[in-house]
Amino acid sequence: MTLETVLVVAAALVGVGVYGALSQQSFVMIMMGIELIINGALLAGVGLWAYSTGGSPKGQMLGVVILTVMAVEAALGFAVMTNIYRVRKADITEKTKRLRG
Amino acid sequence: MVVAVSTSWVVDMAFAVFGMAAVLTGYRVFRTDSMVRASFWLLASFVNVGLILVLLNARFLGFSVVLMMAGEMSVMAIFMVMLMMNPAGLNPMTMVHQHRTSLAAGLLAFLALASVGVLVDFPDDPARVEPATVTAELGAEELGDSMLVFQTAGATLLATMIGSIAVTSRRGRYGDAEQGSVPPPLRPEADPADGEGAA
Repeated sequence: MTLETVLVVAAALVGVGVYGALSQQSFVMIMMGIELIINGALLAGVGLWAYSTGGSPKGQMLGVVILTVMAVEAALGFAVMTNIYRVRKADITEKTKRLRG
Repeated sequence: MVVAVSTSWVVDMAFAVFGMAAVLTGYRVFRTDSMVRASFWLLASFVNVGLILVLLNARFLGFSVVLMMAGEMSVMAIFMVMLMMNPAGLNPMTMVHQHRTSLAAGLLAFLALASVGVLVDFPDDPARVEPATVTAELGAEELGDSMLVFQTAGATLLATMIGSIAVTSRRGRYGDAEQGSVPPPLRPEADPADGEGAA
């Protein structure tokens, strides 16, 4: 386990997340893609903390911030999705082509 | 005993297994026929990443990820049932669009980021910490120098809770949320004040 291998795994997670977020039609599945991207960012950040910062706890604070971003993304994503479904009866992106109700 | 990240072959093997499992289960999320199963594949991916964080000595963050995602994916599974595109998994799901473009974009993102990770010469300054005190140091940091960051994260989460309740509220700003956001008329019995008709 070296910094390079950790970063390559993180890059693979981001790549899979980009693929999922762009290819899926359902809002929930798009959110899962975004979660995978943030997951890769978290892994890369902690990898750099472990190998390149001499173990400064500030590096781990970045990880805590990324976890917060992940929670905010999930909560607001669910909220917006629920509202779109309520107003438009839409659960996939193709149904929201027109930005009016 | 002060150690950097362990270099023993057991840790290397574990990293190889967890790393491959994280990516493969992440890929399965988008290849499975059931949206509920997809959420549990994503949970598996997160658990593997959490275990890698533990191998990197970031134990608090690693177990936080596992704990948080176990809860979040259970909620996610309920949403999946509510919004299931293929009830009972009877038909193979084709719920993708622009498949080739997305595949190319994903591959491009992976290659670009991986080449940055491999080619850039990051400072070689491994964490030399006692694994047992990493969490204590993080706690002292959260309530010490980085308290503003920590407090801001807490306030952000509070704002998110209020915001998501406001967004999902059944009653919208101008009445029922189902009605959409139509502003009330400016005079009694006039048209809604939403553009050309507005006085």
